[in-house]
Amino acid sequence: MSKGTLKQILLLTDGCSNDGGDPAAIAALAREENITVNVIGVLEEGSLNEEAYDEIDKIATAGGGISQVVYMKQLAKTVQMVTRQAMTQTLQGVVNKELSQILGREQEWDDLSPEKRGEVMEVVDDLGERVDFEVVILVDASASMRNKLRTVQEALVDLSISMDSRGGSNYYTLLTFPGKRNDTDIIKGWTSGITGLSGLFDKISVGGITPTGPAIQAAIQQFQSRKRRSMISYGEDEYELEERGS
Amino acid sequence: MEKTNMNSRNEAPNFPRGTKLLGKWNRNVYHILKPLGRGATGIVYLADSKYGKVALKIGHNSMSITSEVNVLKHFGKVQGQILGPSFIDTDDCIVRGQKHPFYVMEYLQGVPVFDHLKEHGNEWAPVFMVQLLGDLSRLHRAGWVFGDLKPENLLITGPPYRVRWLDVGGTTIKGRAIKEYTEFYDRGYWGIGDRKADEQYDLFAAGMIFIHLIEKKRFEKGNDGKQTLMTCLERNEQLRPYRHWLKKMVQGSFQDAEAARTDLMKFIAKREDRHRKVDQSARPKRRKKMRKKAQKQPALVGIVDLVLVIAFLLITSVLYLVGQMI
Repeated sequence: MSKGTLKQILLLTDGCSNDGGDPAAIAALAREENITVNVIGVLEEGSLNEEAYDEIDKIATAGGGISQVVYMKQLAKTVQMVTRQAMTQTLQGVVNKELSQILGREQEWDDLSPEKRGEVMEVVDDLGERVDFEVVILVDASASMRNKLRTVQEALVDLSISMDSRGGSNYYTLLTFPGKRNDTDIIKGWTSGITGLSGLFDKISVGGITPTGPAIQAAIQQFQSRKRRSMISYGEDEYELEERGS
Repeated sequence: MEKTNMNSRNEAPNFPRGTKLLGKWNRNVYHILKPLGRGATGIVYLADSKYGKVALKIGHNSMSITSEVNVLKHFGKVQGQILGPSFIDTDDCIVRGQKHPFYVMEYLQGVPVFDHLKEHGNEWAPVFMVQLLGDLSRLHRAGWVFGDLKPENLLITGPPYRVRWLDVGGTTIKGRAIKEYTEFYDRGYWGIGDRKADEQYDLFAAGMIFIHLIEKKRFEKGNDGKQTLMTCLERNEQLRPYRHWLKKMVQGSFQDAEAARTDLMKFIAKREDRHRKVDQSARPKRRKKMRKKAQKQPALVGIVDLVLVIAFLLITSVLYLVGQMI
């Protein structure tokens, strides 16, 4: 089994989209591209907006990912857990597909005996450790998020500590929305670590509208542009991987 | 994760006392008695079964339940002493039309570490540390790292009092990324290292447990995690004697758990020795007083002696004279 690459979009937001159509529909498109969309709702203590809650859940369901609503304090840990869980879930899906191919019939995870599940889980765990990982981090920078960005930044650094502790390679890119001129601004292009992020959020403009759908669209495009670029510099990439392996 | 808001459909079910669970695959029956605790991945109940009283963990996520079962089974294979609760059974059950995965393990009876210290005193903290480090050493030698080490995952059984592991869900193969952690005991959170499963990751957590047991509370890292920790070690009277050992624990200076254990044992022995020396330095004072009394006594004895000698001489001379006269 090839170890392959896992693609995720991680959306951090605190409210409802109000521009550019239904974000869940775009998330469904991402899923078609084998990109999982995970959503983390960042709340302040005591506030809970039913509508926002609902939208967050719908985007993640459509995007084949996981959603969770958290208060500021638990953000770092939640970002890490959600990313990890979504990773396992996607890998489990891949392994399931391979299984039903091997077994020649539709055999789902739940139909397996607990003993067989244990064996499959070992394979999933092993893959999760070695698989290459690409994530577009999409941060809502609408006005109400302004005072939360420092915590978001800490959570992202924390995520990179966890992901970089794995065996596989990691690539991140960081986008905020709304952007100055477009729907999104690229704060940091594709890079293999998020350390050294401090102060990144200081310069961003905080806008009034929340175009969540178009932002997810822009995130999907990031994967496409990365694919094109890595095809051009393919040899170089391979060299880099070999070096890391040794 | 304890306090995070999970979607309601993701939550493990609440079972009232008397609920009967029937395993779908192995056909074992379990009667729920009471909830024992709530973890990140599910609820643990005390249940009655053909194996006697058991701990039964029921979850919402089949994957994490399966992961934990895998770990428990591996624990069984670690030779020698039993490290965690032993594994009994795993199955699915259907309650109110919903399928729930669960697993069953040995029910450990005991008290939380903090309760034990409250009752029997803080001097038990280093003792439990020595026991814990011994267990960690055996686990590490088998190629595993505990990961989510914290007081909530420890239980004191006995007497004879012994620290035992409760929740082994975070246990990870050496060299992989840590799956589960709790910030206060996580070296990544404190900015002191990564989350790769190695011996030192567990030793960091064990050091933090010791700090928590003595300090009685968790605290935040502040601007500079490492600095905050070092200040704490110097500030707390009861921690200060252990500061050299603790620094080595949190900075990853020990090669393995065995080295950390030996070092702590040596320190405890030295401390005991010093206590004894302090006792001894108190004792000579008493002896001096006794000597003073003794010094007085010879003078008295001398006088008595002299009187006796004179009397003896007088009597013998009188007897001699009387003898001469006859």
